[in-house]
Amino acid sequence: MNLKLHVWRQKGPKDKGRFETYDATDVLEDMSFLEMLDVVNDGLEAEGREPIAFESDCREGICGACGCMINGQPHGHKARTTTCQLHMREFSDGDEIVIEPFRAKAFPVIKDLVVDRSSFDRIIQSGGFITARSGSAPDANAIPVAKVEADRAFDAATCIGCGACVASCPNASAMLFTGAKITHLGLLPQGQPERYLRVDKMVSQMDSEDFGHCGNFGECTLACPKSISLDVIAQMNTDYITAQFKGRDI
Amino acid sequence: MSIELKSNAPTGPIDSAWSRHKFDIKVVNPANKRKYTVIVVGTGLAGASAAATLGELGYNVQNFCFQDSPRRAHSIAAQGGINAAKNYQNDGDSVYRLFYDTVKGGDFRSRESNVYRLAELSVNIIDQAAAQGVPFAREYGGLLANRSFGGSLVSRTFYARGQTGQQLLLGAYSGHAAQVAAGNITMFPRHEMLDLVTIDGHARGIITRDLISGEIKSYAADAVILATGGYGNVFYLSTNAMGSNVTAAWRAAKRGALFANPCYTQIHPTCIPVSGDHQSKLTLMSESLRNDGRVWVPKDAKDCWNNDKAAVGRHPSQIPDEDRDYYLERRYPTFGNLVPRDVASRAAKLSCDEGRGVAFNGRGVYLDFKEAIGRLGQEEVAARYGNLFEMYERITGANPYTEPMRIYPAIHYTMGGLWVDYNLQSNTPGLFVLGEANFSDHGANRLGASALMQGLADGYFVIPYTLGHYLAEVGPRKNDAESSEFKGTEETVKGRVNKLLNVKGKRSVDSFHRELGHLMWEKCGMARTKEGLEEALERIPAIRDEFWNNVSVPGDGADLNQSLEKAGRVADFLEFAELKVGDALHREESCGGHFRLEHQTEEGEAKRNDDDFAYVAAWQFNGVDKKPTLHKEPLEFDHVKPSQRSYK
Repeated sequence: MNLKLHVWRQKGPKDKGRFETYDATDVLEDMSFLEMLDVVNDGLEAEGREPIAFESDCREGICGACGCMINGQPHGHKARTTTCQLHMREFSDGDEIVIEPFRAKAFPVIKDLVVDRSSFDRIIQSGGFITARSGSAPDANAIPVAKVEADRAFDAATCIGCGACVASCPNASAMLFTGAKITHLGLLPQGQPERYLRVDKMVSQMDSEDFGHCGNFGECTLACPKSISLDVIAQMNTDYITAQFKGRDI
Repeated sequence: MSIELKSNAPTGPIDSAWSRHKFDIKVVNPANKRKYTVIVVGTGLAGASAAATLGELGYNVQNFCFQDSPRRAHSIAAQGGINAAKNYQNDGDSVYRLFYDTVKGGDFRSRESNVYRLAELSVNIIDQAAAQGVPFAREYGGLLANRSFGGSLVSRTFYARGQTGQQLLLGAYSGHAAQVAAGNITMFPRHEMLDLVTIDGHARGIITRDLISGEIKSYAADAVILATGGYGNVFYLSTNAMGSNVTAAWRAAKRGALFANPCYTQIHPTCIPVSGDHQSKLTLMSESLRNDGRVWVPKDAKDCWNNDKAAVGRHPSQIPDEDRDYYLERRYPTFGNLVPRDVASRAAKLSCDEGRGVAFNGRGVYLDFKEAIGRLGQEEVAARYGNLFEMYERITGANPYTEPMRIYPAIHYTMGGLWVDYNLQSNTPGLFVLGEANFSDHGANRLGASALMQGLADGYFVIPYTLGHYLAEVGPRKNDAESSEFKGTEETVKGRVNKLLNVKGKRSVDSFHRELGHLMWEKCGMARTKEGLEEALERIPAIRDEFWNNVSVPGDGADLNQSLEKAGRVADFLEFAELKVGDALHREESCGGHFRLEHQTEEGEAKRNDDDFAYVAAWQFNGVDKKPTLHKEPLEFDHVKPSQRSYK
């Protein structure tokens, strides 16, 4: 199939940026979306033109490095699918595709489709962990965890940190991301000692970055390649309110 | 230069060796630890766990990765699980059995002392990860569940659905994040190590390129730890991430560290087959699938479907059992579909070579869940493998619940790496190498669910002790990134970057990488011959020469330039490939993942030559276009007697 691509090109953070149009020819349906871009880039490179900068690493949908807006949707229209796992059989000959970086104040554009998501790291660093010094752990079976709780914790823990939730949200809120970590750790017995301290710190950090607030649109859970449930936001809010009542005791 | 390779492994009873060693080596006083700066390169399981643990101990850690966040390191993609000799299943497992299985699985080409320690530490890793909140699979009683994996007769693999690597890495990353917040780790994401700096023979720092600003800068430290992964992408197509590369390890090798056993490469038997020439990487389907999936090809070549939609013959679901060749069950009745990876991979290749392959270009075999769905029900199969099935369908467009998966072997892991002693220190003092980047624990073949185990054992439980010993011995020194050694190396790095930008040729970087990778796969892949390897040795310098005369690296060095990043890595692969092929040529035997067609048993299995090759081949770099020097570390087997591996 042959496609027309309208791609956002932006030299650096200070550049205004603009759309440029490229032809993608002889695209095969078994190609991934990024392989289609690889072919376009290969051609640009051979001509001595700068290829379209985009991020990807594992190309298996797990590292969270890739991600761009494809026709206005983060990672494209296919549910539960990262950009690298989107395949060209989802498109048809003659399609025009608009490709942009994730748009959010907290994710400034570095170049073309590459954005800075280090705010996510700072949220985790503020409290998204269980303090367990190496070598100090009890036997793993000393603390049983009900299967249903372990499974729920796992579901929240599958977040890949790609940022699609933020990119899809009209308010560019990071509450799905933050809530996922709070829920994962807060459901496990190992996570109880720091549960309320954690939520207090992580929410403060989230607020200090340029993210907006949740407006219950629910776009994030639909855009999430791992289908993280909105429940994690409810869990975070519940824990956060409890933490405020606990005050200094957290 | 003569180099004596001393393993520094403790003598005496192996089961107390690590305890005795920990007591015998030196310790840095807690108050003095903050006086030492330690560089860790890489944030995968080995790098993140090492950085976090050293930070907890009070060292001043500087941690570098080329990705935008430490959480993206390729350990995240490991699917199946992590081994530990917990014996929670009461099925006869023990530290000794895990040790035995690993030495045997490695085809008697690993160092016994290191492997024993790995087996011993495996149990601590599970404890550590559970304490961090890693959501391992559990039974209804709340205790941890296990599954079985290739190369073992006990059930010792802990897992988190098909995302064990992700969960373990995020566990290590969370501990790491806590240390960043505490100020014990300074994190440098989007920084690529481009050279190692040595002073008076000791590793004292690195040169990096800031991938956003393009700035090339020196960082000085008391020790350097490389946890930079394997070299699988020398084959271009592999299950490795796009960014995985040999650069850090290779630059260290060019500065004097010996590179051991580069020919040992693991081919993973269960990957999604290549679908066309555009392919940028291959996707693994976890080995755990072989627990319930049955591998087969049609008995009749006429029934072999390839990607050509007009293919004749019966659809796989229409082929009755009697017309299917379950070749693993037929050839290896004891282990069946659970034979080790190298054995399963070669058997698949053999079936395809016979003309019975079933995917693009006839390079694929079936992995069938029909029997498992009948026995367990679709719901249980979905609970075990649901995310893998979904991933398969997303990539191929085919539904594995109703038709068998198509799989084929692909490059997955590299057992070779920088040579290290029992302390994980290379022959360059102060340079430590952890995880896949070193050569130490897996011999010529790695068993499934052992990579996560090794990365975390090295980072959480080995390096904190052995690094202390080195630092206590050398004492505090001045770390001066302005010294002439650093400035000189910085200039060399800048020169190389400029050279790449100024070739201004006509071919893309990827086109060279693909050409090299294809050559390596054909001549130095699953089956190797003297003629093929010699041919590769002739062609690699020619590709390298063309690269330096005709590569196109657009843009400049002063901002984010992904072509430049790739070009530097491919340039290093083009040098490293020659060493790898040379090693494969010199090793006149077959062992594990290294299969020389000239050396096989009558049944077509790998035939080792213990009299002449029971050693680690550690190569010293002497210059591009110059022959490397071979140094040998003899391997002694006091506990597991080398035998012809049999999985029949």
